[in-house]
Amino acid sequence: MTPAALLVVLVGLSLLAYTLGKSRALAAVGGSRGIRNLHSLPSYYGALTALWCALPALVVFGIWLAFQDAIITRLVTSHMPADVQALSPQELSLVINDVHNVVQGNVSFENARPEVRAAAEEYIELRRISRLALTGLVIAIGIVGLVVVRSRISPQFRARNAVEKAVEWGLIGCSLIAVLTTVGIIASVAFEAARFFGQVPWYEFLFGLNWSPQTAIRADQVGSSGSFGAVPLFWGTALISGIAMIVAVPIGLFSAIYLAEYAHRKFRAWTKPFLEVLAGIPTVVYGFFAALTIGPALRGWGEAFGLEVATESALAAGLVMGIMIVPFVSSLADDMITAVPQSLRDGAYALGATKSETIRQVVIRAALPGIVGGVLLAVSRAIGETMIVVMAAGLAANLTANPFEAVTTVTVQIVTLLVGDQEFDSPKTLAAFALGLVLFLVTLGLNILALHIVKKYREQYE
Amino acid sequence: MSSTTVEQKRDTATSPDAGLNLKPSGRRATAGSDAESLTLKGDMQTVGTVTVENPLFQCKDVNVYYGEKHAIKRVSIDIGRGEVLAMIGPSGCGKSTFLRCLNRMNDTIPGARVTGSIVLDGQDIHDKRQDVVQLRARVGMVFQKPNPFPKSIYENVAYGPRIHGLAADRIELDEIVHTSLRRAGLWEEVKDRLNQPGTSLSGGQQQRLCIARTIAVNPEVILMDEPCSALDPIATAKIEDLIDELRATYAIVIVTHSMQQAARVSQRTAYFHLGDLIEVGETDRIFTNPRHKLTEDYITGRFG
Amino acid sequence: MNASGSNVPGDAGSRPSVSRRTPKETQEQVARSLKRRYWAERRFRMYGLAAVLIGIVFVLFLFATIIAKGASTFRQSYVKLDVFYDPAIIDPAGTRKPEDIANADYQAIIRAALRERFPNVEGRRDTRELTRLVSSGASFDLRSRVKNNEDLIGQRETQWVLASDDVDMLMKGRISRETADDGGPLSAQQIGWIDSLAEADALELRFNRTFFTHGDSREPEQAGVGGAVMGSLFTLALTLLLSFPIGVSAAIYLEEFARKNRWTDLIEVNINNLAAVPSIVFGLLGLAVFIGFFGLPRSAPLVGALVLTLLTLPTIIIASRAALKGVPPSIREAALGMGASKIQMVTHHVLPLAMPGMLTGTIIGMARALGETAPLLMIGMVAFIVDVPRGFTDPATVLPVQVFLWADSPERAFVERTSGAIIVLLAFLVVMNATAVVLRNRFERRW
Repeated sequence: MTPAALLVVLVGLSLLAYTLGKSRALAAVGGSRGIRNLHSLPSYYGALTALWCALPALVVFGIWLAFQDAIITRLVTSHMPADVQALSPQELSLVINDVHNVVQGNVSFENARPEVRAAAEEYIELRRISRLALTGLVIAIGIVGLVVVRSRISPQFRARNAVEKAVEWGLIGCSLIAVLTTVGIIASVAFEAARFFGQVPWYEFLFGLNWSPQTAIRADQVGSSGSFGAVPLFWGTALISGIAMIVAVPIGLFSAIYLAEYAHRKFRAWTKPFLEVLAGIPTVVYGFFAALTIGPALRGWGEAFGLEVATESALAAGLVMGIMIVPFVSSLADDMITAVPQSLRDGAYALGATKSETIRQVVIRAALPGIVGGVLLAVSRAIGETMIVVMAAGLAANLTANPFEAVTTVTVQIVTLLVGDQEFDSPKTLAAFALGLVLFLVTLGLNILALHIVKKYREQYE
Repeated sequence: MSSTTVEQKRDTATSPDAGLNLKPSGRRATAGSDAESLTLKGDMQTVGTVTVENPLFQCKDVNVYYGEKHAIKRVSIDIGRGEVLAMIGPSGCGKSTFLRCLNRMNDTIPGARVTGSIVLDGQDIHDKRQDVVQLRARVGMVFQKPNPFPKSIYENVAYGPRIHGLAADRIELDEIVHTSLRRAGLWEEVKDRLNQPGTSLSGGQQQRLCIARTIAVNPEVILMDEPCSALDPIATAKIEDLIDELRATYAIVIVTHSMQQAARVSQRTAYFHLGDLIEVGETDRIFTNPRHKLTEDYITGRFG
Repeated sequence: MNASGSNVPGDAGSRPSVSRRTPKETQEQVARSLKRRYWAERRFRMYGLAAVLIGIVFVLFLFATIIAKGASTFRQSYVKLDVFYDPAIIDPAGTRKPEDIANADYQAIIRAALRERFPNVEGRRDTRELTRLVSSGASFDLRSRVKNNEDLIGQRETQWVLASDDVDMLMKGRISRETADDGGPLSAQQIGWIDSLAEADALELRFNRTFFTHGDSREPEQAGVGGAVMGSLFTLALTLLLSFPIGVSAAIYLEEFARKNRWTDLIEVNINNLAAVPSIVFGLLGLAVFIGFFGLPRSAPLVGALVLTLLTLPTIIIASRAALKGVPPSIREAALGMGASKIQMVTHHVLPLAMPGMLTGTIIGMARALGETAPLLMIGMVAFIVDVPRGFTDPATVLPVQVFLWADSPERAFVERTSGAIIVLLAFLVVMNATAVVLRNRFERRW
């Protein structure tokens, strides 16, 4: 039976368990009139029975399936001819890929090589046996659970407490998913990055000036050609993010000041959502706009002034990225400014200060830590931005301070390295994980710092 | 120095109409007259010495509305030069609201509307030609909770002179800061740490800092909105002494919750009740011999 | 000290000591400063207004550009042909065998119809040019018509067939009428045929159904967002199904049950940080764990949904926690006071009140997930998918990735289509955000 069908059977079994449990509880007190003699409502008894039927079975189901494919693959591989087993890891994984393709039906049997065909047939057979065993085991566990619990139902049995405890554990589990995500990110990215650093030394990666991974395809060139130096990528990221911040911070800050302090309520009510639209536009649209309109326009203007501007200039990408970040900065700054207590403003007004003097010298000064935190968060966003730069910035690593030239960034390289048909273990794909690790750590650091500053700032005023 | 003319009143403490005064005379008493000063406003009339000779502030028929709420009802009162006027009354009766009219701080509250005339030294403060920035440089304010700016002590005091361009160079600015801190009685305590943030001072010191920065722009009147309510008794005593010293240079209007404080620092006291000005008079007399029944009730502790 | 009393050396009697100034003198100085300060005030205010206006102008400019470039997608050029389903081409043996019908040369039928229209066309080169006016996909349309209705064989009928992308671009005015000699994509001869067809009302722009029903294609005139929209719908549905319960459950636990200790603080910091992690990192996670370790199929909405769930979970948790915090403690105490258990208190009383806020946060999270491109690129939804997906494990792509793929194509017709796809995407987002706003305004209570 396929796993999906088995799940359906299990669900049906649980529903049966629910009905049986509930009816047992009612029978124990002589029908629905006697409900008050039960500790909990009958539905709780039904739910408890269903839980004990389904949960242990599901656990077994999950564990079995998680490891089924890996175990079968290993068994099949060990039965393959000796010369296949002696292949290098990359080539062996290619063969295994072929076997998987045949099994899934992507490649027909006739077109496969004889050893692949034999392995695929063995795989299918083993899988059939495994599924049979799983079906039997799961249904058996379900029925055992059902029967055991049902027999224990009595009026004093505290079904509701047990069910609620189970619910609480379920809630805990959901919360843990969030924690597990972080752990998963760190673990997976670090693990793959570590494999990369096994092939390319970390100092070369962090400090090398030459980035051209395409030339490292040949096996004998791995790690020796010095083509994984990521400094141009870090620089490109910094350059484009810098341009973006130069655009975003003044516009965002000033618009926040105007909307918070000067604007009429109606004006603010209409323009705030308008600016929030900017935040809701997917970045791929910004990227398209940058590549289609802004890039060529800048090049045209540049030519009119006698400057050489690339179509994929850092300026084009940075400009559009800046506009994308404006609502981010603006809304954070707005929060910070409105958090400044009115008493400070009153103190300044009472001395005869004009509005701009109050804002510039008192309000902004007071809101500064919060605004700095917000700017840091915006920087982190700019660094991690992908689609705008993929579509509007260049692909070639270029260590230059000229914003009119094309540069590439960390995120662009991650995408180019991974999109396409790569084997999983080549240094190119692993390099992407190394870049991802650096990106994650840097943004994590910025975020922690920024959130810490903002929290401290908020505490001051509460 | 005081030019307040106090109207001598018959001692009516024991007379039958010591309570609500319902004589609708409607005549404004001028300085030197023996007649009682009465202001007509429906049922309520202000009892006592509303006007003074050579007043600094003249308020006539001031009303304040917060949206629909009628917070201040036809208040008329004069404020003299060089005197300390205390405004007392139960919570929510409009003392702070009226105080904020005098330097147009109510302008910063959306939905607030002020009618009537308030004249400072012959000029209507609501006149279109009157600049509110200038007004606030002439009429300073100290708030209930000390609100020093998030700057150094020096910069707190220097803020006002800076924005108004009162100092031509750093030396003059130093002098202004020095003088203001001295006059506020804070100089000895902070002279060695002018660069530390204003918020690093104790509550009482912060309030004196706020007084210092108000003094730094050389005002004519200082408004104080319950300046000691957030301070401990020792700090309060220091501030009250300070008020007494400042009286020589500035007119002071102080709103206070504490009758004892009003009795200690002021020469004239005004009693507010639910937005009406009930009675004004020489401080000593009001506390020993109030003319209006409501005043008497408040002073004897019936309510408030 | 000078005669004037000032401490400044060389300052002989110019002005009295600052601290001895009378209030009148101070007032004069204040008056002098006013003009400069009000100018500064005006300038400052201008900067603020300018900043707001820049933002607004940019939004308008972006929308205008996209709409200008993409609005024409919704109409497409079709050619009216008199089609003869020649049995000699379709079913020469007369046996109506399905393979014969399927493998027949429908392109020849189109050629014949075109030759009927323009009988003067001779020679292979000219005939080929003539045939190129019609899209290559038109022959497949004819084939499916015949497959569905074999009675058509031997019949004549008038059919509107898809024109090629160059014809379409010319009709929409997006390419110039330069002839091939001057570098244009269409020859003078072709332009002449196009004009005569248009004059005879045999070539016109009609509603572009293909755009909504077809999947991707190498030919721009046949490319549609149908596949991408279905893929997005599948992926989002699955994401919603996973992230809403998990997110709400986690928020309930953290807000109502968890004790306030160092661990919960850590979890809160963790979630806040996850909300700010770049989305591409989630793509790396998906690639390494879901595809690499668990071996799930690439390009399937299932994997996309898993990645997007992890991405939107922090947003939903944070919004749900805020909604829960907003419910006043008095309601909780009332329920507990009546003897309800904690879980009953939460499910029966708190949750319904917090639901509008939770739903709003979820809709906003879904809107964000709809526009995500980078993580889905990582897990392989970049493949060239022609068929519209029908299940959760069929290979699929999503709308933003489709936009990305088309944006790379050089043909001008793809520029139009990319903009059209963006319009569809933005339309979905506007609807979702508007729903969230309406929900918030109508149901959210302020305590």
